[in-house]
This record gives sequence, structure tokens and C-alpha cells, in this order.
Amino acid sequence: MNKNNNVSIGTHLKGHLREFGMLAALVVIMMFFQVLTEGTLMKPVNLTNLLLQNSYIIIMAIGMLLVIVAGHIDLSVGSVAGFIGALAAVMMVNYDLPMMLAVPICLAAGALIGAAQGYWVAYWKIPSFIVTLAGMLVFRGLTLALLEGQSVGPFPDTFQLLSTGFVPDVFGVKRPNMTAIGLGVVAALLIVWMAVRTRNRALKYGMDDEPFAVFVVKNLLIAAALIYISYLLATYRGYPNVLITMALLIVVYTFITNKTSLGRRIYALGGNEKAAKLSGINTERLTFLTFTNMGMLAALAGLIFAARLKTATPKAGFAFELDVIAAVFIGGASMTGGVGKVTGAVVGALIMGVMNNGMSILGIGIDWQQVIKGLVLLAAVIFDVYNKNKAH
Amino acid sequence: MQNLALEMRGITKTFPGVKALDQVNLSVRQGEIHAIVGENGAGKSTLMKVLSGVYPHGSYEGEICFENEVMAFSGIADSEEKGIIIIHQELALVPLLSIAENIFLGNEIVENGVINWPETYTRSTALLKKVGLREPASTHIGKLGVGKQQLVEIAKALSKKVKLLILDEPTAALQEDDSQKLLDLLLELKAEGITSILISHKLNEISRVADSITVIRDGTSVETMDCHAETISESRIVSGMVGRDMANRYPARDSRLGETLLEVSHWNVFHPERADRQMIRDLSLRVSAGEVVGIAGLMGSGRTELAMSIFGRSYGQKISGEVRLKGQLINTSTVKQAVESGLAYVTEDRKELGLILEENIIKNTTLVNLAGVTTNGVLDENEERRVSEEYKTSLKIRTPSVFQKVMNLSGGNQQKVVLSKWLFANPEVLILDEPTRGIDVGAKYEIYSIINQLADEGRGVLMISSEMPELLGMCDRIYIMNEGEFVGELASSEASQEKIMSMIVSA
Repeated sequence: MNKNNNVSIGTHLKGHLREFGMLAALVVIMMFFQVLTEGTLMKPVNLTNLLLQNSYIIIMAIGMLLVIVAGHIDLSVGSVAGFIGALAAVMMVNYDLPMMLAVPICLAAGALIGAAQGYWVAYWKIPSFIVTLAGMLVFRGLTLALLEGQSVGPFPDTFQLLSTGFVPDVFGVKRPNMTAIGLGVVAALLIVWMAVRTRNRALKYGMDDEPFAVFVVKNLLIAAALIYISYLLATYRGYPNVLITMALLIVVYTFITNKTSLGRRIYALGGNEKAAKLSGINTERLTFLTFTNMGMLAALAGLIFAARLKTATPKAGFAFELDVIAAVFIGGASMTGGVGKVTGAVVGALIMGVMNNGMSILGIGIDWQQVIKGLVLLAAVIFDVYNKNKAH
Repeated sequence: MQNLALEMRGITKTFPGVKALDQVNLSVRQGEIHAIVGENGAGKSTLMKVLSGVYPHGSYEGEICFENEVMAFSGIADSEEKGIIIIHQELALVPLLSIAENIFLGNEIVENGVINWPETYTRSTALLKKVGLREPASTHIGKLGVGKQQLVEIAKALSKKVKLLILDEPTAALQEDDSQKLLDLLLELKAEGITSILISHKLNEISRVADSITVIRDGTSVETMDCHAETISESRIVSGMVGRDMANRYPARDSRLGETLLEVSHWNVFHPERADRQMIRDLSLRVSAGEVVGIAGLMGSGRTELAMSIFGRSYGQKISGEVRLKGQLINTSTVKQAVESGLAYVTEDRKELGLILEENIIKNTTLVNLAGVTTNGVLDENEERRVSEEYKTSLKIRTPSVFQKVMNLSGGNQQKVVLSKWLFANPEVLILDEPTRGIDVGAKYEIYSIINQLADEGRGVLMISSEMPELLGMCDRIYIMNEGEFVGELASSEASQEKIMSMIVSA
């Protein structure tokens, strides 16, 4: 087995600097705030809050990643999320529509909004910056109009559970929540099992390019982190419902981007649209679909945010797009398209989230928080460009 | 013998992997019109870029002497200051600015940082009168035709006190009467003592105005002819342009032609933006199994437009005509349809249109035929890698690993990746557009061998090339194209560069 293994650990890590660098940065930032906040950051209740606070950003970052990889941008997501929250409130609070009906309608409305914007971008070649800037204004306005400038609420309890609910302990222990621990262990085992299987298949083709030591350490660390965090969450109230939603989305979209021709074509489209078109790829339809998908995920994020606040407010979703876009770029996506990973965007969103949370605990004002976040975004992108130039 | 205005001695310019210019000498006398002729890719434009400082001093070897002084230009601003002004084939005018603004762009008449508009317009009007353009100086450039824009470029050059004017194919896009006007203007400028260098393919124009002619071939200066000392016939120029040794540059192939594969008939295509401009005119062609068919023609003759319009209507509008494969009418209305019908098109511009430079060899190789590496809707990365390794071996792609990003490969290896991509789609007919452009000689030979192998496998190959020896060495049959039409068809046994060139220039 080691005959093929001519890649040293050092060169391998260097080659994957960006991937490991992102994760390492997240861990370092977490440890940094863990020390500064004297352990408050990793307290189960804070960790739970951190996940709840950032769930909608992470969900939108997944959609935004596809849009940015395709070579576009969507500035409207915050407004769309706010608008869908308002729509949900009007349907469920004012008209007493059941949740089972209102939620699908909201998701469809989000997809429709994304499709409407994607249509102009894809088929009329209008720059996405302009189209979605218009969308940002339009849906901010429509949110105000729909709510008549008032907050509308409270949402029915069942709807609030979307955001505030936890996966119950099926074993009846409650503290620690055994479901959470069990799911954590199962997920860790699943990840390790899949990694081993992939590696074995690659070996069968005589194609291992990851040193064995790196493989073992990497997977052990991931599994350990997963179980540890599950344990921490379990000592509070267990897995929040949104965590499950988020995990499912991350798995599904990672699969789509890495393992399907649909995903591959989106990267090709962003990498070189003309070459993709001349390779028989329907670039217009693909662009259209990424925007439709973005709209739907923005709607889902809007619902989760509204459920968390228990009411729909006219200011909901304000400036979300900036956090989402920043998360994707911190996560290593390229502004010119064609480069970026779902997991990168998620890690990027977590970095932003941990910094927000940590700085709030430390009592740093919103003014300096913005400054620091801005500098981190700039630093991440400079790091990227520097790496790229060095590679040439 | 008059004084020399310009002397370039032993100019050698190398690009990674390609020697574009090799010991080129050029002597231009004071006050003459000096024509430079040569095939596409012979190195004419590169030479002019060296002269004008686009390639700065130090990036080439050799010496430039202008008005008896050795020059070391570090940029185009330096050469302009000395009075050397180049007008490129693609005009460098800003369409949304007025004629006057364009003439003085980068060279504005200012007083204390503020533009003096009355002076600008007065001087522009005077310059326009001189070049014979009757348009108000306030007209937007975008409203002028190409011919008039060309005159604005010359006016701009005159505003900079030009001593040596270089025109790169100035009449390529012009109608006959506009061309005549331009040439008359050149003669007038000559009478005023301005020296010009004229790069052109149109030999009749050259014989009309040129005082001397330098022939460039394969990056070397072949000869300089003095038009006043002797009468230069067009055939003399043509043989100077094309005459070269062709032995052993092309691998041999036994042609075994099979049934007719591709048939295109009565093909008409119009310009994508200007619906009244017909780019391809009632053109028909056919390619048999095992046959390599060439299309010869100069740049702008419509070869790429023809290929792209056939391949998924990727170029043009109001396309009409029929495409048949093995006698069956096929749908080529989208690239996807064309690929599924069995066509492949290897573009002339592999970086812009052929490859995703940021991605590795694997992802580029499987892009067209992702279905071929997908099982149950999931991409099989190991299979993808196996396929890429296979093409790496069979096409001799030189790379440390198939995980290499294609932007790090040399031109020849990039071209092989593009070929892998299309071969993996298993087409019946391949259209190769300038398959060896920018590739060094050794890699060219390998590409030729691949083309021969494709033909031996019974595929049809339609090959577009600006290099005539390449067509003669590779093809069974050659169509000669000019201005959107085939003006001739020659079997390789009866074809020669002289015949092809004269068919093009006399059309």
C-alpha cells in the first residue's frame, strides 16, 4: 500500500492548506474566545444559542455558495427572508392558515422569487448585482407593505418549534439527552465508515494520495469533535431541531456539489461559461436553477428566523445578505466563480458566528464588532489571493 | 540610397515554448511606404509589437535603430514620444466618446488641468480635414463605420506628430472604396514626408502603394524587395510568403475513405448583432469517414464562424441549411444536440473557449461526457481518474499528475486535454479549429499523429488552419474559403500553396 504513497505529510498538508487552514482558523478562534470569555463560549447553553443564532445564515450561505460558484451574487436574500417571514405571519396569524399549508406555500413563494430574479440574470444576461439589488429594494418594501409597518405575531406554538424546539430524549434520561449523544456517535461512526470505504476504493484503483497518518488523525479529530459537541449539547437540552435541518442540508448540498454532474456543471459554468456552453452545458438553465434554489433556501431561513423571534417584524433579515456573502468568501469561494465548497461556506459562517458571539460576551460594542468582522473578511480573501499568487 | 528611418537588427523574441521571431532584420527608408507581408502567424504583428514597445526593451534580443539612434522602449508611451505610432487591426477608440475626445485621448490639451475644449475642437476639425473625413468633431465614434474610424485613428496619429506610422491590416475590414481612400491618404502623407509601414494581405494594394516589401516567414525575414528597382509580380510575393521545406513535418497516413459522414448543404449564417450582414453564403461541404478535410482561408474569411454555426448554432443568427450525418438529417440546434448527434468542435481559442483553466485535467476531460462516468446519478471519481489517466497515456500528455490544473500546462498539452475531452464523447466527426496554434514544432507533430489516428479509426476530421503547409501535409482534400464562401476545392494531390494563395487573393 505504501508503494504508491509517495506524498509526504508536509507536502500533502501544504497542498490542502486552504481546507485545513479554514478549519484550523475556526478552532483557533474558538479557543481564543474560550479563553477570553473564561469558558463561557463552550458552555452548553451558549453553544446551543450560537447554533440557533447562525442557523439561518448557514442555510443561506449554502445557497449563496452555489450562486457565487456559478459566477453571480444575490444581494436580495436578506429582504427575501424578511418578506417570507412576513408572508408566513400574515397567513398563519392573520388568516389562521395551518402550518402544514403555510410552510410549503412560503417555500414555493421563495423559489418563485428566486426564479423570477434568475430569469433576468440567466436569459436576459442582466448582471445579477443589478437584478438582486432591485430585488433587495422591492422585497424590503413589500415586507413593510405586507406587515403595514407593524410586527405581526405571535406565531402558533407548533411553528415556533421549527426554531426553538429540541429533539426529545427517546430514552427518557433527559439530562444528558441520550438521543443527542446517540446521534452524535452514529454520525461520527458513519463519517469514519464512509471515509474508510472511499479510501479503500481509491486504493483499489491504486490512487491514494493522502498519507495514512493524515487520514487517521483527520478522521479521528472530526469524529471526536462531533461526539464532544454532541455531548455538550446533550447536557443542556439536546439537539435543536434546526441543527437537524441544517445537517441534512449540508449533507445533501455537499453531495450535489461533489458527486453529481449537476454540481460539476455549476463549477464548470463559473469557471469558464463559454467553455461550458461549448461543452454542451445548458448554462442559462443552470444559472436559473441556482437562483431558484437560493430563493427557496432564503425562504427557509426567513421562516426559521421568524419562528425564532416568534413574530414577523419589518426589519427582519436586514443586512443578512452581507453576513451570508462574507461567510461564503471567508469560506474560500472565488469572486470570479468556479471555486468554493459547501463545507467551506459553513465553516465561514461559523467563524463569523463565533466571532459575533464571542465579542458580544466580551461586551465589545457593535461598532468595533463590525470593524473586526470587516478586517477578518479582508484578511481571508488576501490570504487566498496570496496563496494563489505563490502557487504560480 | 536614401537615409534609413528605421533599422531593426537581429530581432529575436521567444515566448514560452515558441520562438516567434528569429533574427529578423528590417530596414525602412526615410519617407517610404514599406509593406510587410507574410502568412498568419508568421510574426508580423509580433515584430510591430517589439517595435512599438508593447514588448519592452529587454524582453527580446536585437537592436532597434530609429533615426540613427538606438532605442530602448519600455512601453508604448516611449515609442509614441519618438513619433512611432501603431494603428492596430482592432481599433483602440472609445465608442461612447466623440471624435475630438478620441483624437486627444491620453494627450488632452489642458490648461491648469482643465481641458481647453475650443482648442480641442479647432485642432480636431483641422486634422479631420487633413485626413479627408467630413464629420463634425463632436460625432460619437460609435456612429461611424469602420472605414471612418480608421481615418480617425490616423488623425489621432497625426495629432501626435507622427514620424513613422504603422498600419496593421488597415483595410481588412473595409469596403473597396474606403480602402482606396485610405491608400490615397497614405500616399498624401508620404508626400509630406511621413514614413509608413503597412501590413497587409491584399497584394494588389501593396503593389499600388509600396516602395519596398519585406517578406516574413516562420518568424524570420526572408527578403526585402525594392519595388522601384524591379517590377515585383504578385506571384513572386506569394512564393516568398509560402516557400518552405515541408519534408518530414507531417506523419504519413494511408487514406481509406469510407461512407460520407458529414454533409452540410446550403448553409447561410448572419452576423449575431447585425442581421443584415451575411457571414456565410450558401455554403456546402462534406466529410467522409477516414477523411481529413481542410479549410484554408485568411483570418476573417468566416472559417470559425462556419464551424461554430454548425456546432450547436454557437455563432450567428438566421441560420439556414441542412446538416446530415450518414445521410440522416440531424438536429444541431444546441451544442448538446450536436454532441449527441456525433459532432465535436475543438475551438481555436482553447484558453477562452475550450478549457476551465482553474480546474484539473480530470474535470476538464470528463466535462462533455459526465454521463460516461456516472453510475446511478453519482459521479464516480475513481472512474473519472482512470479515464483521464488513459488519455494522459494515449495522447502523451506531459504532466506530473492528472490533478494538475490545466493552466499550468504548456500549450501543446492543453490542446491534448481539449482533445481528450472531445474524444471521451466519442464523436464521429471532429471539427478542429486551428488545432496547432501557439504550439511548438514537436508537440505539433504529436497532434498531427493524433489526427491521423482519428482518421484511421474511421472518424471524419474537418480541419481549419491558417498554416497552409499544415493543410497540405495533413489533408486529403482542401476547401478554400474567402468572405463566407468556398472559392475553390482541391484534392491534396493537385493542391499547392501557390494555388491556394492565388485563389484567395484573386477572389
